[in-house]
Amino acid sequence: MSSSTESQQMDELKNKNEVIHGLLAEFENPAALLAAAEKVREAGYRKFDCHSPFPIHGMDQAMGLRRSPLGYIVFAVAAAALTAGVTLEWWTSTVAYPLVISGKPFFSYQAYGPVAFAIMVLCSAFTAVLGMLALNRLPKFFHKLFHSRNLERAMDDGFFISVDSTDPNFDLQQTGNFLNSIGAKNIEVIQAE
Amino acid sequence: MTTNTETLELQKEILIEGNPSFADVTEKVSTITEAKTPRLWYVAIAISSSLMVMMFVLIAYLVWEGIGIWGVSIPVGWGWAIVNFVFWVGIGHAGTLISAILFLFRQRWRTSINRFAEAMTLFAVICALIFPGIHVGRIWVAYWMAPLPNQMLMWPNFRSPLLWDIFAVGTYFTVSVLFWYTGLIPDLAALRDRAKNRLRKIVLGLFSLGWYGGNRQWQHYEIAYLLLAGLSTPLVLSVHSVVSTDFATSVLPGWHTTIFPPYFVAGAIFSGFAMVSTLAIIVRKIYGLENYITINHLEKMNKIMMVTGMMVGYAYGYEFFIAWYSGNLYERFAFMNRAFGPYAWAYWTMISCNVIIPQLFWFKKIRRSIPLMFTIAIFINIGMWFERFVIVVSTLSRDFLPSSWAYYSPTIFDIGTFVGSFGLFFTLFLIFLRFVPIIAISEVKGVLPQADAHHEQQH
Repeated sequence: MSSSTESQQMDELKNKNEVIHGLLAEFENPAALLAAAEKVREAGYRKFDCHSPFPIHGMDQAMGLRRSPLGYIVFAVAAAALTAGVTLEWWTSTVAYPLVISGKPFFSYQAYGPVAFAIMVLCSAFTAVLGMLALNRLPKFFHKLFHSRNLERAMDDGFFISVDSTDPNFDLQQTGNFLNSIGAKNIEVIQAE
Repeated sequence: MTTNTETLELQKEILIEGNPSFADVTEKVSTITEAKTPRLWYVAIAISSSLMVMMFVLIAYLVWEGIGIWGVSIPVGWGWAIVNFVFWVGIGHAGTLISAILFLFRQRWRTSINRFAEAMTLFAVICALIFPGIHVGRIWVAYWMAPLPNQMLMWPNFRSPLLWDIFAVGTYFTVSVLFWYTGLIPDLAALRDRAKNRLRKIVLGLFSLGWYGGNRQWQHYEIAYLLLAGLSTPLVLSVHSVVSTDFATSVLPGWHTTIFPPYFVAGAIFSGFAMVSTLAIIVRKIYGLENYITINHLEKMNKIMMVTGMMVGYAYGYEFFIAWYSGNLYERFAFMNRAFGPYAWAYWTMISCNVIIPQLFWFKKIRRSIPLMFTIAIFINIGMWFERFVIVVSTLSRDFLPSSWAYYSPTIFDIGTFVGSFGLFFTLFLIFLRFVPIIAISEVKGVLPQADAHHEQQH
């Protein structure tokens, strides 16, 4: 028992020294990428990503991704911001600084709409952008995928699948063969130079 | 089954001409920022930045000397400054309409024009914000308008439309910046990956935030984009509605009317599209983007101008009807005075530019003729400035008390500041043209026929 775990640890150490971060396979076009993504998921890989210069319709389902939670986050912030906005208006004009203006009641909720709405939209927009960045772990100075040379074309005209070496199913040889078998035309080992 | 074939038919519309590949799109748009700066650019920015500097000098003098250097006096307390504010903020609306509303309506042709229309929005709103900012007189206490705790224990009056305006326009500007920048992230990453020298790599690397185009990123990105479009849509409609309440909630004849919010929004979109069209025609010519911003795009914009122009024309007519139908003598006088009083020249300039001239767009030949549409767009730009002038000045110069009636005219400082604001606008726009991808690269790729994953099966 002890010998087998030792050898495993040895293997892991060896891997770490080589620092192979994963494999990057190129595909012909959006359709090929979409089909390949489905096959990679069906083969049991979970830590993989599909890279394309623009979002491809249907890719989330092909990769088996759950819907982004961003909408719920923004909704919660929007509700809180709207409440905060109305509260601010109520407190300043009835408690902190009550003033009679054109004989209107202190709590003139009819007039509070525009400002409360603006506060809600402002907070929601910040949440949408910052939330998107946080869910994507951005901003980031470096990512292990930036070791790749081919990936520089991902925002130009390249369609890639990257399989992370930390995926339990990852094996350099087998995964490489598998990617070849589903139509990858160009496979790169991602490692630090 | 029928609906299915109809969808396929719709998708076949060619949005980008010349059948470019994905790499062609990157190449075409990126080289604009990478190539040597054209000499024309230096000439243009020299002119525009001189005007901008002139405006800042005039503003400095205004702060030193006071609002009296302008032509405003009681009862015309709002002169060119407010006219210019409404003019510029209105122009901004087309950018948001293109980026948000047309996105929600799945108008895929918007991808060619949305980047620089959004940029135009930002710069127009910057110009707009300057005018009320300097009009307050003591601009060093302008922060009193913000709800900040202070030593006087005072708070802003949230029942005032002028305060709504600060929140609405301030939010509008901030959200437009966020929307614009979010759209830019993938394109900046595309530029980063092509960058040859180290400085470009570092700067673009910082601004693209580490984007690498994985679908795990696109997944959240697309939702964020959709949310921003969903938030911007009611926002843009509310902004000019709120601007109109600055007028409509007052009790002055000619202003005190419920038609103002929709009428102002239609006018804003009308003037904004005229400005987008003006800029698009110049930009596509100079940078050879005829395949990206095609004659079809321009024709669609002309159609929007025609529709919104008629909405504005309807509002002009309806105001007269209500003035008569209300039986209110002051209201009747305000409108007779508008059309036949001392500012009749401005009123009929407005009617000619905004209502009569855009009717030429009924003819397909004119809708598809670059010189004619350019001329018409310029007329609309002028006409929409006059609309705000007519609304502001004709009502104020003849108020309830005939003894205070007078003819308002601007001073050299009013004119200089307005001309200077164009300098600021074009300076910012030229900087944008030089350093930022002016066409949304990733979005344009997304509307190419080969971007559709089912593209091959259709053939």
